Amino acid sequence: MEVGLNNTQKFLSKIATNDGHGENLPYFDGWKAYDTNPYHPQTNPSGVIQMGLAENQLCFDLIQEWIMNHPEASICTPQGGFDFKETALFQDYHGLPQFRAAIANFMSRVRGSRVKFDSDRIVMSGGATGAHETVAFCLANPGEAFLVPTPYYPGFDRDLKWRTGVQLIPVVCESSNNFKVTLEALEEAYDKAKESNIKVKGLLITNPSNPLGTFFDKDTLKTLVSFINEKNIHLVCDEIYAGTVTDDNEFVSIAEILQEFPTICDHNLVHIVYSLSKDMGFPGFRVGIIYSYNDTVVNIARKMSSFGLVSTQTQHLVASMLSQNDFVDNFIHESRTRLAHRHDLFTRELAQVGIGSLESNAGLFFWMDLRRFLKEPTFEAEMTFWRIIINEIKLNVSPGSSFHCNEPGWFRVCFANMDDTTVMVAIERIKSFVHETRMLEIKTKAMAKTKKQCWQNNLQLKLSSRRLEDIMSPHSPLNSPMLRAQN
Amino acid sequence: MAIDIVQPTVGLSKIAVSETHGENSPYFAGWKAYDENPYHEIHNPSGVIQMGLAENQVSFDLLEEYLESHQEATSWGKKVSGFRENALFQDYHGLLAFRKAMASFMEQVRGGKAKFNPKRVVLTAGATAANELLTFILANPGDALLVPTPYYPGFDRDLRWRTGVEIVPIHCESSNNFQITPEALESAYDHARSMGMKVQGVLITNPSNPLGATIQRKVLEQILDFVTRKNIHLVSDEIYSGSAFHADEFASIAEILESRNYQDAERCHIVYSLSKDLGLPGFRVGTVYSYNDQVVTTARRMSSFTLISSQTQFLLASMLSNKEFTEKYIKINRERLRKRYEMIVNGLKKAGIECLKGNAGLFCWMNLSPYLKEATRESELEIWKTIMDEVRLNISPGSSCRCSEPGWFRVCFANMSEETLEVALRRLHEFMDKRRNEEMSLLY
Repeated sequence: MEVGLNNTQKFLSKIATNDGHGENLPYFDGWKAYDTNPYHPQTNPSGVIQMGLAENQLCFDLIQEWIMNHPEASICTPQGGFDFKETALFQDYHGLPQFRAAIANFMSRVRGSRVKFDSDRIVMSGGATGAHETVAFCLANPGEAFLVPTPYYPGFDRDLKWRTGVQLIPVVCESSNNFKVTLEALEEAYDKAKESNIKVKGLLITNPSNPLGTFFDKDTLKTLVSFINEKNIHLVCDEIYAGTVTDDNEFVSIAEILQEFPTICDHNLVHIVYSLSKDMGFPGFRVGIIYSYNDTVVNIARKMSSFGLVSTQTQHLVASMLSQNDFVDNFIHESRTRLAHRHDLFTRELAQVGIGSLESNAGLFFWMDLRRFLKEPTFEAEMTFWRIIINEIKLNVSPGSSFHCNEPGWFRVCFANMDDTTVMVAIERIKSFVHETRMLEIKTKAMAKTKKQCWQNNLQLKLSSRRLEDIMSPHSPLNSPMLRAQN
Repeated sequence: MAIDIVQPTVGLSKIAVSETHGENSPYFAGWKAYDENPYHEIHNPSGVIQMGLAENQVSFDLLEEYLESHQEATSWGKKVSGFRENALFQDYHGLLAFRKAMASFMEQVRGGKAKFNPKRVVLTAGATAANELLTFILANPGDALLVPTPYYPGFDRDLRWRTGVEIVPIHCESSNNFQITPEALESAYDHARSMGMKVQGVLITNPSNPLGATIQRKVLEQILDFVTRKNIHLVSDEIYSGSAFHADEFASIAEILESRNYQDAERCHIVYSLSKDLGLPGFRVGTVYSYNDQVVTTARRMSSFTLISSQTQFLLASMLSNKEFTEKYIKINRERLRKRYEMIVNGLKKAGIECLKGNAGLFCWMNLSPYLKEATRESELEIWKTIMDEVRLNISPGSSCRCSEPGWFRVCFANMSEETLEVALRRLHEFMDKRRNEEMSLLY
């Protein structure tokens, strides 16, 4: 059915007709390339490998084993069927008490049991996506703003702004100090907002960070908490990747800061967003959590959760699974180990060909440094190179510009959403590309010694001419001493 | 942690501190009374019987029977190998098998009188989310949606709270059985305009909550003509479509549109859910079905905030695509609801209480206006409180449904066993007898 109305703009709301959904961004071109040509080891070995999706697929064997041994966790089995009716009827927005208890338990164990969570403060939402929007609705009016350190998850532009009318103001972080959030950057962003007459309502941090894969050290967290307390603004901590920290002992949750330094700030200003999508690998189950230290926010967010409750069928399963401490502890440990292994494999192999990344030990991705591959240090050059990565190397990675990074040349590469074989294929492709680029440079340099006119006719190019133009830049890795040394 | 403590609200949004969530209305006070003293056949036979909750519990045995005989299909298979794929699936288009099953189920509920295209099915976590989402898409803050009274109390929150959209009532009266008239539509529209509001649409619930009656085909045609004339939207919440006691007494807007060859269909949108017809409110299965491509696209994007758990989609895809099962379920469910309805209406009649003639839903619309001291909301709430405290029944006062006439009450009958319903009717009978005797004795 065609839309045959006049004045569509007026017929639908402003929210419906603006770009707030964010899907017209270049970020999604990579997805389209993947969707139209997805890699498959047997049926499409030359397809695009998806490295733009932050999923955790490394521990499904553990979960599947648990499910087979616990038929009572499903309300569809004979063992669990007794609970079917009661579960199907339960629509109380408080959620099943056992679900909340299990989540509180899991959140605590993910943090090495260093801190406890109160199950009465657990509020459900439609994934972390729903949680962020709900928190924004609770804390800010249309036109008011949240400060967000860059680079940040592109989804925030939709989740926090689209239907709420809230604004996001970047707190610019730089590679010169490994993208750490500084007090200067916070103050600068806050002052800038003030100058533009925009009321800042809060600071949103993702810890561990997406896309950086790093986490905040204790001192920085304390600085942030003091900052928000002094400005009397909220602090929203998205800890969705808390379980992906490879060395548990190092990660500090905001909950621990409040526990260790209880007078550091007004607790009513602190709110945590969590989800099972990354730590457990259950994005389809839509288990989002808001955990607030503010009673009113808990109360209101809970009322709003009517718009995005977790299916009680899923609550039932999760309650059963995450209340079993043996399973939980083993899962968390195994997941960390496997993620660490993956991460190390990638970064080690890529370093061998002169590709570096930000040092990190969390997340389902690493922050790859391709600045030297850019023709010029511009975002146009970044996009051009990105298209080469998608179309010729056939990897969907995410360009830093889509994360509002202030410096071109950085790319987020996801590594936990594929099997071991695909990992090797991806690594091989990158290595081949770098190798070919290097070979091209050697040939080109040799040719340059002869007459300039000759090389354009004689050079056998395996690469497209466009690619050539992009590679032959002063910033290419061809000038890297490491590469030359390997010749 | 007490939930009623009022904390200083400095630093929260206006939406957070407003009362538009509606939970401080009498509608919810009854719930509290029930929560504190719930009826139980054995453990608490004098407790409050919950008749304010429109749940459908009459057909669970059919669902359970299905699950028992379809283990493989509903639980990821023997080796649980399908689990991973299911747990990872977060595409906002939803599982194709599930969308197809929903479309097919919606067709079956309408006896095949209308076709539904799975591509137009947008999934949301319940009708609560569907109605809010549609409102975000169809109206700007300050705009108005026209809604016939009496209406589901939840609309005050779902349509208005976070959207900033206003509800302007289309007043319906008992004199013509609360049917929506063209005059009432025009009057509501003019009233909205006079208050400076832009009217973006009409939202009807068909079959109606709380009336428990289907909207007549003729009236649907008039409503469709009205929205076309005014160039506004029509949202038809058909959440009770499978609960019409006789299939042929329910006409969906989809049928009207099909009969008009889908002319002007792009202004029409249907909301549906499995919470009432299948009795699965906990699973959060709602849908927006729109004939407008842009609305479908936008709604789908917005559904990111409120997707249905893929675990649940998987289970229900299996169940609802089994046409033999669904046909049987729909038929038996209708019959059982009809029987319940007859039971309660006859029981009330014996107690001297009339109801609106209904033919659908999980409740009846009871008329206690002859028993009010005065024709006021206060009197209505007085009698409501008496019924709560003395008869120990939680029923919903018409004022919480914005009914323009006092004295009407919504009484749910499908959320309990037959035995409990008998207890409720007996209590009411005794109460009415006692009242009559008291009145008689006052005369002498």
